[in-house]
Amino acid sequence: MKVVILGCSRVGALLATELFSKGDEVSVIDQNPSSLKRLGKEFGGKSILGIGIDEEALRKAGIDKADAFVAVTNDDNTNLMAAQLVREKFKIPKILLRVYDSKRAQAFKELDLNIVCPTVDTAQKMETFLSEKI
Amino acid sequence: MYVIVVGGGQVGHSLARLLMAEKHEVLLVEKDPARYSKLSEEFGESVILGDGAELDTLMDMGVNRADVLVAVTGMDQDNLIICQMAKILYLIPRTIARVNDPKNEEIFQSLGVDATVSSTRIIGSLIEEKIDAGMFIPLLALKGGEVEIFQTQLSSDSPLIDKKISKLTLPQNCIIIAALRENQIIIPKGDTILKENDTIITLVGKNAKDTFKKLFL
Repeated sequence: MKVVILGCSRVGALLATELFSKGDEVSVIDQNPSSLKRLGKEFGGKSILGIGIDEEALRKAGIDKADAFVAVTNDDNTNLMAAQLVREKFKIPKILLRVYDSKRAQAFKELDLNIVCPTVDTAQKMETFLSEKI
Repeated sequence: MYVIVVGGGQVGHSLARLLMAEKHEVLLVEKDPARYSKLSEEFGESVILGDGAELDTLMDMGVNRADVLVAVTGMDQDNLIICQMAKILYLIPRTIARVNDPKNEEIFQSLGVDATVSSTRIIGSLIEEKIDAGMFIPLLALKGGEVEIFQTQLSSDSPLIDKKISKLTLPQNCIIIAALRENQIIIPKGDTILKENDTIITLVGKNAKDTFKKLFL
């Protein structure tokens, strides 16, 4: 599988290295050179310095032939715009993004975007744990 | 009209001032506290502190009553998401976004923003026009770029001059909506005659754009 990951955040870097070690072809885009260092020496995929809402950076990352696109920068709006740009311009079968703001996540689920909202997930997990009998 | 302006930088600031002078009801939204307190000296209760993409901010400003929302922050991704939220959640009839990178105009429109304004593109074209008369300056794109409004100055060899408008053969789906001659604004009728150096404003459908441009070459 060929995967393009936008945002070399902790999640982005971890996902990239995991996928790479399983044999997937992985490209990571980040605008900050120091974030790309998170990938470490074992990572043999592509790392691209650029902005994910810019088609040029996406093309450099090989979005034309990608099977999946993941947007995990720390900015919700950047992830939302990048995911929609990729959906609109390139026919990528799998698109996944992170949105921290739970209300924004809810709003955009109406547009059939596959959104992971860590805020809601974490709160739910904690609540479940707390409600269990000790 | 009730207009919400998101982004209190130079563009948002002068836009809010302009709209107020024309007696519109305006609410300016700024997320930076320092800039907000400066703006509140001038705008009082018409400016609020908040993030235009956060639901609570939008609720506080009575967003569902708004006729138009204009997003003019310096970040394209913010302008897009603010406009989309306004459409999805509050069914605001009209959203307008500032586009900082002209490359993003097309995608904004295909994602539902009603109109986009790219100052970069307009300024660029205006400068070009000073160099070369007959340039086509895009002013506004509507309905996902299906229709555009252009401005152009007529040169001495333009096929449009010195003839009655009714005698011109314009392509389908385009119409001359105004002509500017010195300080005069002319709303053209069939017997209007365009002259050299007139600046004309035209409404052109997407499919007619190329044919229309050729008329000026």
